[in-house]
Amino acid sequence: MDWTFSKHSDFLLVVCTVLCLLHAGGGEVPPRPTRGVTVLPPVEPDGPHAYPEPEKDSLPVFTMDYPRIQIPFEITLWVLLASFAKIGFHVYNKMTIWVPESCLLISIGLIVGAIMHSVNEEPPAVLTSNVFFLYMLPPIVLDSGYFMPTRPFFENMGTVLWFAVVGTLWNSIGIGMSLFAICQIEAFGVQDINLQENLLFAAIISAVDPVAVLSVFEDVSVNEQLYIVVFGECLFNDAVTVVLYNMFNFVAEMPVVEPVDVFLGVARFFIVGLGGMGFGVLFGIVAAFTTRFTSKVREIEPLFIFMYSYLAYLVAELFAISSIMAIVTCALTMKYYVEENVSQRSCTTIRHVVKMLGSISETLIFFFLGVVAITTEHEWNWGYILFTLLFAFLWRGLGVLVLTQIINPFRTIPFNLKDQFGLAYGGLRGAISFALAFTLPDNIGRKQLFVTATIVIIIFTVFLQGISIRPLIEFINVRRTNRNLETINVEVHCRLMEHTIAGIEDLCGQWSHFYWKDKFMKFNNRILRRILIRDNRAESSIVALYKKLELQNAMEILDTVSGDISPAPSIASLHEEKKGLVKPKKKFLAAELRNMHDILAKNMYKIRQQTVSYTSKHALPNDSRTKEILIRRHSSVRRSLRPGSFQNTVAPKSQKYFSLPAGRSLDSNFPPLRRSDTDDHETTSEVSFPARRSRFTASTRTSSRAAVPLRRLDTLEEVPRVSMLHESPARRGGHVIPDSHSSSGERRLPAARHRPDPSANDEDNFTAPPVWAAEAGDNTTRNPLLRRPQWNVKKV
Amino acid sequence: MGGSQARPEQNQYQDLVHKTGFSLEQIKNLHKRFRQLSENEETIRENLESVVSLANNPIKKQIIEAFFDKRNQGQDEAGSSQEIGFEQFLKVMAHFRPPTLKTSPEEREAMRKEKLRFLFNMHDTDSDGTITLAEYRTVVEELLSRSGTMGQEAARAIADAAMLEVASTNVPHMAPDDFYEGITFEHFEQILKGLEMESRMHIRFLDVDTTTMRCGKSTS
Repeated sequence: MDWTFSKHSDFLLVVCTVLCLLHAGGGEVPPRPTRGVTVLPPVEPDGPHAYPEPEKDSLPVFTMDYPRIQIPFEITLWVLLASFAKIGFHVYNKMTIWVPESCLLISIGLIVGAIMHSVNEEPPAVLTSNVFFLYMLPPIVLDSGYFMPTRPFFENMGTVLWFAVVGTLWNSIGIGMSLFAICQIEAFGVQDINLQENLLFAAIISAVDPVAVLSVFEDVSVNEQLYIVVFGECLFNDAVTVVLYNMFNFVAEMPVVEPVDVFLGVARFFIVGLGGMGFGVLFGIVAAFTTRFTSKVREIEPLFIFMYSYLAYLVAELFAISSIMAIVTCALTMKYYVEENVSQRSCTTIRHVVKMLGSISETLIFFFLGVVAITTEHEWNWGYILFTLLFAFLWRGLGVLVLTQIINPFRTIPFNLKDQFGLAYGGLRGAISFALAFTLPDNIGRKQLFVTATIVIIIFTVFLQGISIRPLIEFINVRRTNRNLETINVEVHCRLMEHTIAGIEDLCGQWSHFYWKDKFMKFNNRILRRILIRDNRAESSIVALYKKLELQNAMEILDTVSGDISPAPSIASLHEEKKGLVKPKKKFLAAELRNMHDILAKNMYKIRQQTVSYTSKHALPNDSRTKEILIRRHSSVRRSLRPGSFQNTVAPKSQKYFSLPAGRSLDSNFPPLRRSDTDDHETTSEVSFPARRSRFTASTRTSSRAAVPLRRLDTLEEVPRVSMLHESPARRGGHVIPDSHSSSGERRLPAARHRPDPSANDEDNFTAPPVWAAEAGDNTTRNPLLRRPQWNVKKV
Repeated sequence: MGGSQARPEQNQYQDLVHKTGFSLEQIKNLHKRFRQLSENEETIRENLESVVSLANNPIKKQIIEAFFDKRNQGQDEAGSSQEIGFEQFLKVMAHFRPPTLKTSPEEREAMRKEKLRFLFNMHDTDSDGTITLAEYRTVVEELLSRSGTMGQEAARAIADAAMLEVASTNVPHMAPDDFYEGITFEHFEQILKGLEMESRMHIRFLDVDTTTMRCGKSTS
């Protein structure tokens, strides 16, 4: 691995040097040369002065104009550099397990900073606090807010807010006071820092940072409650930090603090916090409402999400209220409704872009942290800085202990000591503190000291705590939550439990959050969904999960047997199959059951509604590969349903029953032909996938709440054809999903394929649902599960 | 409760504290609630049906049935009682106690098993110790009956898929002629093995009397 490293580092070095030179070269923007050949950007700043040529004799064949593109060019290069660093980390796998990426990025930043420093170069002037707060922070916070698991969050909201608000206050005041006490000691030479400044500094460094925390916690699988409390805390302590920062900033200039100021501060806190949330909810609802009407402009659907959330952020910044809370609540509110309104592609796009932007921003932030750490002026003071570190740890630990004691009685699942340790140890500081330190007004005498101390704390917590938290958590054996339970049974029983609890609560007349949740769901279903969602057909999460699993099963099977494709079915063959429908079922081998088991076991979906609690920081919550398979299959499936329309795609004669590969072994030894004999009324065809593989790169969205998964695979020309498959079901009894349909499913499927009626050329028509329709339409005898002798059907 | 009645009831409560693990306060509250439900009689029969807010619950029948189910009383009898007294009421409620900080891991395990047992009994209506396909179907149908968009066949398909899941997880090597009768309790435990029941199946029994905190009506 060494040589790859050196290769990477060489490359990085080269890029850095080029950047430095370019930066130096572009230091002043020379007047734009109009004509003539300009030289390459030289090393001395004076180079590219262009004076008009005395006479122009010939048409310049080759011109270069660097200053014009300088700023975007450099930005791009920096982003690329940081991204290369990210690639480079994964070259050596073990490293990313032990060392969180944030540490690595900071290290690379430090190296680059050192290089720049040695060349006596300034860091890019673009790194101002404005740039940070307006451009770099929002994507990260949007990313966190968008993928926040809502159910655990609302269940633990009280605790989250408690820790966010009271915890941050506790930390700030505690650290501030202790530091002030330290300042009184003459030996450290910091007596000129007064109480307000100390408090201001304490407010800066007590804010737990979402970027740093998430990048560490996402790999360490702790139990759900702990995770959500840490997560929520760092997102929501922004309100307190903003208020404290502004208040102390304001007050730092005043000689005396009056009680009325404190009171005003409290009032301001409420305005900041609630105002932030209010704006967020408002924009979220408006966004949801807008997406209701975007069915004709699918291409720009994702834009609305981003624009509205960004608007929420900016408007909050305008009024100096908590912008982070605004954008988080906006994302929380709109996610649920928007994902039902937009098309699948848009949904995937949104998720992907949110992740990407968040990732880029985070990378850049840590990277620049490293760079600036070197290149900025430092003022070092051993005593102050060391005591800052000490007090930061101390007060955080104390705070967690005390606060947990107070709130544990109110919690259903109290935090034990190990959880508390995780909570305290996971309080990493990061870039927000850094940016805040940078924006300190210059009239604070010891600004450099504060900046230095902040950087030290950040680096210390990120490196030390970041690296050691994982082994520590495993060592002390913090309670974990198993994240991978995506089976039908689990889903069914979760719902069962919810209803049971709600019922029992009603019976014993006691309320708890299930009650409120129930009430909210009723309100949601009756009012909100009607207004905000275009297609108001609620779907049970059990059903959605089932469909998803089925489809993935099918896709997996189709994927693995993609080699065995036989020619496209003709109408005749379909007829044959129809006749074959009444044949008795063949017995199935144990091997097939095993395969089914494998399929079921390894397909772990994440329901959209109950999104997996911890999405990986650097990966989409969905399994994109599977979704891609799904999409591809879908398109192929749809294509296959147009008999004769594809010369180059082939479909086997057998129509596979999507649900639970009825007897289809995953061995590709089974030629497709046999399938048609044994499996009655398989509904979809297996198509030649390689032919279509490249077409679809977008993944389906995992949908649980949405009307139907894969419903809106609105692609291009297949849609009319697809409708034919679900038209007949529709004719028979309506769409599967919305209406309760009659049975006689057997007639549906082959008949559906026989009917080439392109009615209802509706883009939004079901594509996968045809499959679903088929399987759902089966009556007892048709159901593959029951067809097997194992399932001796007891009842009719 | 007059003063003269206090002592026998106190003893009775102490007894119940032992048996069910509730605190005295909680028992008192629940007793009040019980009296409300039973209209001051000693036992409940059909009164549970009249609880208004239960009407919207898709599995209302199962929940009510669970109260009368003798298996939930901790004894090994099967069948269901016609009427239940306060003690039986409490015993059923005791299934939903959350673990506290003081609960030892063994106790937690026992509580979890108890809760799983409760769920299992809800499924297994004919008390034969296994959940058959038909029984599972019933539950799924009821669950989905409120969502309004699925028909019976869909519910069946889901139930079938779920059964298949259980079968393949628990008995992965079934011969072709094997007949999977139903989910036994062990299998049931197995499929729900990783599920964190603590956070899902508990009720915070309040120590404060909330029954009088409502606006006067004796409905629920």
